[in-house]
Amino acid sequence: MNETPSAGRPLRRRNPLLDPKVVPYVFIAPFLIFFLVIYLYPFISTILMSFQKIDGPNSVEFIGTKNYEKMFNRNFKQALMTTFRYAFWDVVVLTIVPLIFAVILNSGSVKFPSFFKSLYFIPALTSTIVVGIVFRLAFGTLETAPANRLLALFGQPARDWLMFADTGNFVLILLTLWRWMGVNIIYYISGLQSIPSELYEAAKIDGANSVQQFFHISLPGIKPVLIYVITITVLGGFAMFTESVALWAQNNPGGVGRTIVGYMYLMGFYKNNMGMASAVGLVLAVNLIQLIAMGFFKKED
Amino acid sequence: MKTSNRIDGKRARVKTILATTLMAITAALLMVPFYFMFLSSLKPGTEMLRNGLSLTFDPGVSSFKNYEALNTYRDGIYWQWYKSSLIIMVLQTVIGLVLSSMVGYGLAMYRFKGRNLIFTLVLILMMVPFEILLLPLYRMLIKAHLTDTYFGVILPYLVPPFMIFFFRQYVLSLPRELLEAARIDGCTDYGVFFRIMVPNMIPAFGAMTILSCMNSWNNLLWPLIVLNSNEKFTIPIGMGTTITPYGNAFDVLMPGAVMAVVPIIIVYLFAQKTFIAGLTSGSVKG
Repeated sequence: MNETPSAGRPLRRRNPLLDPKVVPYVFIAPFLIFFLVIYLYPFISTILMSFQKIDGPNSVEFIGTKNYEKMFNRNFKQALMTTFRYAFWDVVVLTIVPLIFAVILNSGSVKFPSFFKSLYFIPALTSTIVVGIVFRLAFGTLETAPANRLLALFGQPARDWLMFADTGNFVLILLTLWRWMGVNIIYYISGLQSIPSELYEAAKIDGANSVQQFFHISLPGIKPVLIYVITITVLGGFAMFTESVALWAQNNPGGVGRTIVGYMYLMGFYKNNMGMASAVGLVLAVNLIQLIAMGFFKKED
Repeated sequence: MKTSNRIDGKRARVKTILATTLMAITAALLMVPFYFMFLSSLKPGTEMLRNGLSLTFDPGVSSFKNYEALNTYRDGIYWQWYKSSLIIMVLQTVIGLVLSSMVGYGLAMYRFKGRNLIFTLVLILMMVPFEILLLPLYRMLIKAHLTDTYFGVILPYLVPPFMIFFFRQYVLSLPRELLEAARIDGCTDYGVFFRIMVPNMIPAFGAMTILSCMNSWNNLLWPLIVLNSNEKFTIPIGMGTTITPYGNAFDVLMPGAVMAVVPIIIVYLFAQKTFIAGLTSGSVKG
């Protein structure tokens, strides 16, 4: 009479959704459906498409590995170079610079550290495409463009910043650093603050200077955060697209600044070569997953 | 002892001055693009085309006329873009929060077959940008007649993996006894979730709301592919259309850019802590 319905047993016959064995799967069902529709199905169809020549929805022809054979042309190699160059400098600059700032902000030597932390974060709130326009003008071709005026102060001739791969990459990195520095600083500070202060006090008693403290306490202490930052920076670097569109628009003739994702976009939407674009996307996907396997799962040790 | 203390004190003061100066200079440099943006938004487009950006404020040519012109530019299309961006932001955020909080809760609260596999999948998808599956997804949209719809835009963001991860981490910190106690009171598991757990997860919802709004508001690539009628464009796409090979419509671009960034900065200033909690969610223990 006054028995409590234990674990939904009396209800089970009426409603299978209340079965304790079923309940967890109901909760995770949205993800399962999402995964199948948004990731697995497209992934499989990318694999299929990469072996096809697609000229419109009704003209699909199986052409074997031809897309892969034809993939390594000059434009693709250029995009590959651009992406690698960007990803390399992206990782170097966006790992080291914010780390230096985080250490200084966290050292207690700075007045109003949380004010600066908040301020550095503001660029991350902006839209890359919108701010990219400012960067584009700042590094424009005009003699009066701010970057060229700065060069003139040092007696240097004006430059066509965005016309060349190396100076173009410099502007890209600057834009990325501007937008993401504050974010990485916050990651690092949260890592630094999780290190118990007794460790530093003990090191001070042992006579360790601040450089030694950094390499022997801070750096090992933030290792998980460091690996996380490097992983997302590498992945973001390889999948970069928006920054490049912001500086060079979607289809620039010379191909300066065009990344792998940009090339994929060009192939798929401008050149109408979906098969080739899929092959490119697949190569990128496989490489990214490898990178994750290398970096991210080490973090779990 | 006393002298060494005084020297230490002096050195510390010099250090403070140096470090604070460095931070202040960097902060000023980071604000330069905003300064350019605001200054340019006050100038006529012809002035921008002729002289580009300049650091000096010129009261002779500056006015708020461009902001008024936003209302009339191509029959007020700018505010149409604003509306589109808002609709997409709200839809994407609400649906994303409901679905991913359920999944995160399920992963944290129950032990069941396949749980680890699913969690590993979530972790992997957090890292792989879905953009690499752009083309097949786009073909799928065409087949489902979802191109040029808001639903098509939010489709790949219905259950964002980073949100699942965040909610899972958050629910792990809640006491399991809440579930047991409510079950004994005759509540179904779904009732427990909606009536007892969700109110306990409010801070997590706050952090994810802000992060989701920020991502949606600034998103470019996928909306650009899905949407093709001008009045459905979002602000980033619309702003992009004012940049053409024949010259840029600076009179719209610059005030439009300012108007797009101001609301999010205001929200940020009021809810900094929540912003930062949302952001650091990924880096706290895997």
